[in-house]
Amino acid sequence: MLWSLLARDLTLAARQGGGVGTAVGFFLTVLVLLPIGIGPDQFTLQRLAPGILWITLLLSVLLSADRIFQQDYEDGSLEIMTMASLPLELVVLAKTLAHWLSTSLPLAIAAPFLGVLLNLKTQTIWPLLVAMMLGSVALSLIAGIGASLTLDLRRGGLLISILVLPLYVPVLVFGISASTGTPDIIAPSLLILSAIALASLVLAPLAAAAALRAYLK
Amino acid sequence: MQHLANPTRFLKLANAALPCVWAITVILFIIGLYGALIISPADYQQGETVRIMFVHVPAAWMAMFIYSVMALASAMAIIFRHPLADVAAKTAGPIGAVFCFLALATGSLWGKPMWGAWWVWDARLTSMFVLMLLYVGYIAIWQAIEEPGRAALIARIVALVGFINIPIIKFSVDWWNSLHQPASVFKMGGPSIDPTMLWPLLVMGLAYTCLFVALHLTSMRSELAARKLRAILIARGAHN
Repeated sequence: MLWSLLARDLTLAARQGGGVGTAVGFFLTVLVLLPIGIGPDQFTLQRLAPGILWITLLLSVLLSADRIFQQDYEDGSLEIMTMASLPLELVVLAKTLAHWLSTSLPLAIAAPFLGVLLNLKTQTIWPLLVAMMLGSVALSLIAGIGASLTLDLRRGGLLISILVLPLYVPVLVFGISASTGTPDIIAPSLLILSAIALASLVLAPLAAAAALRAYLK
Repeated sequence: MQHLANPTRFLKLANAALPCVWAITVILFIIGLYGALIISPADYQQGETVRIMFVHVPAAWMAMFIYSVMALASAMAIIFRHPLADVAAKTAGPIGAVFCFLALATGSLWGKPMWGAWWVWDARLTSMFVLMLLYVGYIAIWQAIEEPGRAALIARIVALVGFINIPIIKFSVDWWNSLHQPASVFKMGGPSIDPTMLWPLLVMGLAYTCLFVALHLTSMRSELAARKLRAILIARGAHN
């Protein structure tokens, strides 16, 4: 059940392309516009690069967050999924994992290499890649909470960012310190980042499912 | 608590208690402000600006305390389905946001003469700012969802998710700050604080707490009245 739901969502994401396309487009736009805004100085760009990449990743995930449940809610499939034998928590897990696999993870993998545009240090690429892959799990799951809390709201877009941004702060902090810190900082940061990802893996589906139940009543 | 589950009984008690609470609040504020502004000495380093502390620190305490009240009330609403718990949580939100704003604003006024800047990305300031965002999100959820029953269900989750995250955010911000700024911008002269400054601070803390209780009871009372009014209007609408 879980896997077929995951496969369905991934197929939908691949065939439609809308959500992923928007996120990737946004990511590239920011990466091209920022150096124009900041100035072409290679040293400044190199210093800012990890922060810029993380923030762009975060905002791209946030931008695509409202799509996690929206379509299925509007066409009624979400309602039917609540009647299935699969607990709603696992439905939420499948849908957020699909979001992670289709949007956050590709961005997280591409971002460090796109960092070349910002003169990112070559030795930073690997730590950044590992940190972003770990962090993106938490980003998608937290985005799922935000999406479920604002499911039926017309102006959900603004609200979703107010609700989700405070929860993104820890991911950003440890993501940055795992990507740019000295070797003795990288290891504990990665561990904490994994802890955040694992904790949200358990707690986010619970919270999001509770919110969905409130809307589907 | 179950004894108070009946709104009528609660209202009776609140009506009886409110004048006393207000009186205690006023007395505590008079004592605390007298101690803070007149008796306590000026700091040898900070001069008279140290008096901002007496309005600033209790506000920050209250901002954190009220969020806990809100989360506790939300948990009570989920676990015991206590009919007043949602009302308590909903009305605590805006009050807490005002205290949080007060803490940020007075901190900013204090920061200008002390650090030479209105705003510094210090660990405490940053986590206070994030707390303000959590309050804004909570209030916005109540505003955005029209149907009160559903708004209550969603708001509970928002409050609890935020509450679980507060320690994590606090920890991460401390870590981030120690990474970026090894030397702290401000030192409060060590953990020890002179008794002549400590007692007005504690009295002010109590005064703020009583003020919160008074405001909260008043706000809960008006929220209950608003719900009753809404029910009456709906009933009347149904008859016509």
